[in-house]
Amino acid sequence: MSQIIVITSGKGGVGKTTTTANIGVGLAMRGNKVALIDTDTGLRNLDLLLGLENRIMYDLIDVTSGRVPYNKALVRHKKHDSLYLLPTSQVKDKSAVNPDDLIKLCDDMKKDFDFIIIDCPAGIEQGFKTAIAAADMAIVVTMPEISAVRDADKIIGELGRADKENVKLIVNRIRPQMVEKGDMLDMEDINEILSIDCIGQVPDDEAVVMATNRGEPVIAMKDSIAGKAYLNIVGRLCGESIPFFKPPKEGFFAKLKRLFSMLF
Amino acid sequence: MLDLLMKVFGKQEKRSGKIAKERLQVVLIHDRASVSPEIMEQLKNEIIAVISKYMDINKNEMEIALANDSESVALVANIPVNSLRHAK
Ligand SMILES: Nc1ncnc2c1ncn2[C@@H]1O[C@H](COP(=O)(O)OP(=O)(O)OP(=O)(O)O)[C@@H](O)[C@H]1O
Ligand SMILES: [Mg+2]
Repeated sequence: MSQIIVITSGKGGVGKTTTTANIGVGLAMRGNKVALIDTDTGLRNLDLLLGLENRIMYDLIDVTSGRVPYNKALVRHKKHDSLYLLPTSQVKDKSAVNPDDLIKLCDDMKKDFDFIIIDCPAGIEQGFKTAIAAADMAIVVTMPEISAVRDADKIIGELGRADKENVKLIVNRIRPQMVEKGDMLDMEDINEILSIDCIGQVPDDEAVVMATNRGEPVIAMKDSIAGKAYLNIVGRLCGESIPFFKPPKEGFFAKLKRLFSMLF
Repeated sequence: MLDLLMKVFGKQEKRSGKIAKERLQVVLIHDRASVSPEIMEQLKNEIIAVISKYMDINKNEMEIALANDSESVALVANIPVNSLRHAK
């Protein structure tokens, strides 16, 4: 049985593409056959995060328009050789692919893959509707920030209207020091507000930027905290129950420390 | 000095994370409660139909709306009654 997962968010720039790349690599490291489909037409990024930008011959629109079969457009990852990318077009716009195109494509591809992961564009317009059409699971990425959480709620509503029942949440770019001081929403707050199942919290981590620079997702950097967080997410996706790390809220010692820093 | 001690152990100023949470809870009630005008109109007509079976009501003066405070949303209807029908 293959699973089709869409990574979505509503608000732009919260980490959809980063999440897609990391989950894709993580699932492939476990031996799954994985296809990543970039549907952010006109704004091609997923190829860069995977270091595959120089090997693209055809794109999603070439496939959906019937010019080439999908296996000709798939780019195989060198290092993780059960991972494939179906890149998006850099020249067309988001209306170039419609929901039925994607449903048909995923239906064809299912037989070849354990996981198909779809990177969704920001927004709730046509591009979003196309990206979610084929998915049987949606992962909503948000950030501990008021506008990102509000947009996530909107997206959760839209997913409900589209009869997507399996919806999970990832909170990205958490800054533990700010949470500790009480100046940032934590995973529990967001969970309570949005009331959907959370499968991961990813810290804000410089290693993500370094990984993107290299074109090798952070999940492969064993000693990074963001990489560890993505490994946990992949584990949970595979049905393992992995406990969440809970950053402490301001306790007695933090208060005491603050007292001292105020006195001296 | 007393002021300082109050700050540390006493009632503290609300942290911004808590403020964010409270603001979100309120704004999402509004966001989620936004029912389309067509549905509201349909709801209104069906309520009129049901109540008219039992009472003679003033349809023109009738008001129906979603109202909310910081914790909950309510459907509030104000339906003026002209007369009650005789019990059969
Ligand atoms: N956990 C993290 N720590 C640090 N930086 C991060 C983290 N996650 C994402 N970023 C950075 O945030 C930026 C946006 O990430 P990304 O491109 O994945 O978002 P997106 O949701 O796909 O954006 P878009 O809506 O434009 O498609 C990138 O520069 C990325 O490196
Ligand atoms: Mg993106």
